[in-house]
Amino acid sequence: MRHVLIKIGIALGTLGFVLVFNFFLFRVAGDPAKDLLRNPRITPEAREALIEERGLNEGLVTQFRIYLVNTLSGELETSYSTNRPVLTEITEALPNTILLVGTATLLSAFIGSWLGVVAASRRGRASDTGITQGSLILYSMPEFWLGMILIWLLAVTLGLFPTGLKVNPGQEFSSVGYVWNVIQHAALPILTLTLGLLGQYVVIMRSALADVLNEDFVTTARAIGLPNYRVLRDHAVRNALLPVVTLVSLNLGFVVSGAITIEALFSWPGIGQLTVDAINTKDLPMLQGIFLFTSAAVIIANLFADILLTYLDPRVRVS
Amino acid sequence: MSATATPPPQQSTTAILSGSKGLFGRLSTTANRSFKLLVRSKSGLIGLGILSVFTLIAIIGPWIAPQDPNASTSFSDQILAPPSSEYLLGTDDNGRDVLSQLILGTRISMLVGFAAAIVSAVIGSIVGISAGYFGGWTDRILTAIDDWFLVIPFLPLAIVLATLLGDAANSLPLGRVFILILVIGLTGWAGTSRIIRSQVLSLKQRVFVERARALGSTTPWIIRKQILPNVLPLIFANTVLIIAISILTESTLSFLGLGDPSRASWGQMLNAANDSGAMAQGAWWFFVPPGVCIVLVVIAFTMVGYAIEEIVNPKLRERR
Amino acid sequence: MTATTPATATRATGDVLLNVEGLAVAYRDAAGNEIRLVDDVSFSLRRGEALGLAGESGCGKTTTALSILGLLPTNLYRAAGTITLNSERGIMHIDRRTDRGLRDLRWKNVSIVFQGAMNALDPVMRVSKQIGEALRLHEPGIDDAGVKGRIDELFEYVGINPNRASQYPHEFSGGMRQRVMIALALACGPELIIGDEPTTALDVMMQAQILELLEELRKEFGLAMILITHDLSVLAETCDRVAIMYGGQIAEVGSVDTLYSSPQHPYTHRLLGAFPAVGGPRELAPPIPGVPPDPAALPPGCRFEPRCHKAQDRCAQEQLALAWMDEGHGARCLFAPWPEGELPTIGSPEGAA
Repeated sequence: MRHVLIKIGIALGTLGFVLVFNFFLFRVAGDPAKDLLRNPRITPEAREALIEERGLNEGLVTQFRIYLVNTLSGELETSYSTNRPVLTEITEALPNTILLVGTATLLSAFIGSWLGVVAASRRGRASDTGITQGSLILYSMPEFWLGMILIWLLAVTLGLFPTGLKVNPGQEFSSVGYVWNVIQHAALPILTLTLGLLGQYVVIMRSALADVLNEDFVTTARAIGLPNYRVLRDHAVRNALLPVVTLVSLNLGFVVSGAITIEALFSWPGIGQLTVDAINTKDLPMLQGIFLFTSAAVIIANLFADILLTYLDPRVRVS
Repeated sequence: MSATATPPPQQSTTAILSGSKGLFGRLSTTANRSFKLLVRSKSGLIGLGILSVFTLIAIIGPWIAPQDPNASTSFSDQILAPPSSEYLLGTDDNGRDVLSQLILGTRISMLVGFAAAIVSAVIGSIVGISAGYFGGWTDRILTAIDDWFLVIPFLPLAIVLATLLGDAANSLPLGRVFILILVIGLTGWAGTSRIIRSQVLSLKQRVFVERARALGSTTPWIIRKQILPNVLPLIFANTVLIIAISILTESTLSFLGLGDPSRASWGQMLNAANDSGAMAQGAWWFFVPPGVCIVLVVIAFTMVGYAIEEIVNPKLRERR
Repeated sequence: MTATTPATATRATGDVLLNVEGLAVAYRDAAGNEIRLVDDVSFSLRRGEALGLAGESGCGKTTTALSILGLLPTNLYRAAGTITLNSERGIMHIDRRTDRGLRDLRWKNVSIVFQGAMNALDPVMRVSKQIGEALRLHEPGIDDAGVKGRIDELFEYVGINPNRASQYPHEFSGGMRQRVMIALALACGPELIIGDEPTTALDVMMQAQILELLEELRKEFGLAMILITHDLSVLAETCDRVAIMYGGQIAEVGSVDTLYSSPQHPYTHRLLGAFPAVGGPRELAPPIPGVPPDPAALPPGCRFEPRCHKAQDRCAQEQLALAWMDEGHGARCLFAPWPEGELPTIGSPEGAA
């Protein structure tokens, strides 16, 4: 238990660091007062009010204090372009991203791990080489390029899927019809992201399992008389999961980047889309908010992975 | 040192350079030995072959490209035209030759990859060696920073940096490309520093370092003569793999619109293709070739990187 | 509640339990040639008897042992020979068994205790669960209470507090872990237990305890045992008979007393000399010069010839069969007291038992 609390503490510390970094990054690299000047949508009065509010006329420390209070109370800045609070924009876009990323992560994790197990247990044979090379190729391609090809082949040429967005715009739906329409639109992005993330699972699981299969306890399991599939399932894979969880949690950054580019490509209304819009309009508060948000998400996900590891590996638990 | 066999005496440039005792000499020796052992690895060889082709294209690009994409004469009214005898890979959304952009894009894409990886390597080495060698609070602080960089997702950070620094770029040579190099380099060093740190830690404990210290050698001397030469092979192997990642990151950043529209790169082409709806129009010649190039180059660097890693770290060899 | 009790002393000792004849294990190299790691290995084991299998690292002891369980790694295969187990459940031709047949006899007839036990037990599985797994596999009818009862029983035999059964392997010390492995090995009441260097990774005190435990259990349950080790002093303590292996072949085999009093193979001779006797002169015998033969590049004649202090020209030229001097004592050497004209060169199988 104490173990878990320490980890939570470290996670909070890292989050704190992110907050500080975020603040200084934007203050140092740009001058908010000047930025406000450049933004044509803010009237001079509103600008004055904002400067007051954020203490932009006063020292850095005051600004930081105000920033901290605002952020922690959930009141992030206002988007330059849409004039709505950044937090609102993010929370509205979040469910769409979760649908996309969540599904893709689950699919790629299961399929990828399964392929990795197959490859490791048929080490050196044709199926192993095929799976490994295929994963290497998938790993080496930009996921959005794969998406472009899939759009061209499946959506445009074969007409199997729509080319983007979440739903057909301007159409009326029954609730079932809505769900079906969303599924149709989500299919291709999910497929693309799944393929993009697949490679790392295959490679990591294969290597972890290959290591485990050399261990003595696998021989013991066979010596007891267990059939091969049980040796794999009950002993080998269970142990291989440990390094898989560790390594995958280190790569969570890729999940985020994949989400951003795929959403951009498919015009999927999630956080990635928000990011691209913000880039195009130089909407700094929005970018700031997204950076904060995604960092927090990854830190929390890492925390979960850490705790999961404690659950999976009894050697790590402190009695 | 890393490699086992000593090469037979020869009069090659690298041999002469290797004779020099300086850092450059050591680097040449490493590269030379690595090359010889690399040649024995089949995948390493294939990778090297692919890279040679692309490097060649990158160097002689401007002379073999049929067209200069920035010249006003290159724009035609054959928008998104399929491959023909005039335009071997068709035209883009501005009627310009795709093949030329592809060839010239090789330059930018590979340059960014190389340069960013070197930036990462330098930062990672400094941080890793300092943390490993000096230990104590230096180590703790640097490792914490390193951990932090490892945790936060690199793309949002890169986007933020690129956007903030973007305007300053216009006055610099290479413009926004320079920013890309900087940003990718700044966000990619964390893994390298970690690997180097652990290598330095194990080196520090070896007898020859303790002896040097007992004899009163100064720290810079020890680092230069004893630590660095033994860490270089590892840095080298790691950097090659980082180049692959950097090229992918460049394509991602360009695709998202953070690159330089006035300079062709593979990522930039993909950005243009997407913006102009090339997929919907079935203009495959515009978006398929750049991606194929990226995949080939990344795979090539990866294969070479793995091969070098196996040379540097013999433990990895058995598991193939 | 029918938990099978381990074999009791009602098993008649004296009849042959295991018969290994001409066993050869090999792999194919890149060119497709057969490279033998184990060649012409023959020995038999009676019920309740303990056979020691000794030799340098790499001489093929473990490979031979794994063959008995059909547990060879995928790149190795049985190139020749037979392995027959006269079990209570009938005669089992291990060399001819299918995968399924092998799984059936594993643990129930023959079990194995590995060395080091550092990683011989699944680190993420409670010990009770692992033992339970073996029990449920070979006794499908057993229920939870039966499993628990059996585990308690087993732990008592090996001297561990049964409350510790729900712990994980890393929570046991090295010696205790080895006891757990022994408990696991006994779980399904095997007739033969193979110990593959079971005490090598332990300190001397622990070693003695484990050996003593094995002895007790052996006597109590009438188990036959094959003890693999490179430590001859261990063999002298616990085994009835010893087989010395060299270069993949059996160099000499016989009862412990015979081998120690009148070893016939020069290798045995040197091995015995390598262990200083307590109370004897305080000097180490000179190590045997040279290295064991490379299976891919075997000498044309006797495999020990390059390192043998008694070698003559003949030794390098002729290959030898394992020949028997009298009941139970065999050697693969020209200098054993064979009757005149009955040298055991291949092609003249003199007095094979």
